[in-house]
Amino acid sequence: MANSTTGKTKTTATETVSMMSVLAPAVGWLIPGAGHAIQKRWIRGLLLFISIVGLFLLGLAMQGRIYRANGGDILDILGFVGDVGAGGLYILTLANDWGQGAIAFATADYGTKFMIVAGLLNFIAVADAYHIAIGKKQ
Amino acid sequence: MTITLNHFSAALVFALFASIVFGITHRDTTREMVKYGLYCFVLFLGGVFVAGWAMWVLRR
Repeated sequence: MANSTTGKTKTTATETVSMMSVLAPAVGWLIPGAGHAIQKRWIRGLLLFISIVGLFLLGLAMQGRIYRANGGDILDILGFVGDVGAGGLYILTLANDWGQGAIAFATADYGTKFMIVAGLLNFIAVADAYHIAIGKKQ
Repeated sequence: MTITLNHFSAALVFALFASIVFGITHRDTTREMVKYGLYCFVLFLGGVFVAGWAMWVLRR
């Protein structure tokens, strides 16, 4: 009887871990920091959200350019890979047709790089959320 | 809305946000996160100054 209860508890715990290991990275990709927040790491989630969203929005405000999937050029494809890491922000930007700034001055190019780096930083945050979900990190 | 940052303030903002993410994701305890974040921030800004002076020397 006791073994049966322990077994059920173990199964539920394993299911929760495996579900969280899929859910946390997915939510974290869509909304930066949310992968940490749903695992009750509120402060880390908030700081990640502020940093990644802040960097991305600053890039947009600096007239940075967003890369699309069909860039053609290899550097454009790399830019796209970086941008797509921002998840929901990238989708929102494409949907509203933002990020079309023609790079006419140096800080606009910085804006483009800010958005790419925001996406790449979100990839790191997603990996971290996954490590927390599988118990590799506290 | 358009924001125009100069080179140094752009580097400062970049260093701040990237250091926060590096600190949180690369260390386990809160204390270590803060220490590593500060370390990254100092290295980012230090790199800016070193690169700036290196370019000044090369230009002469």
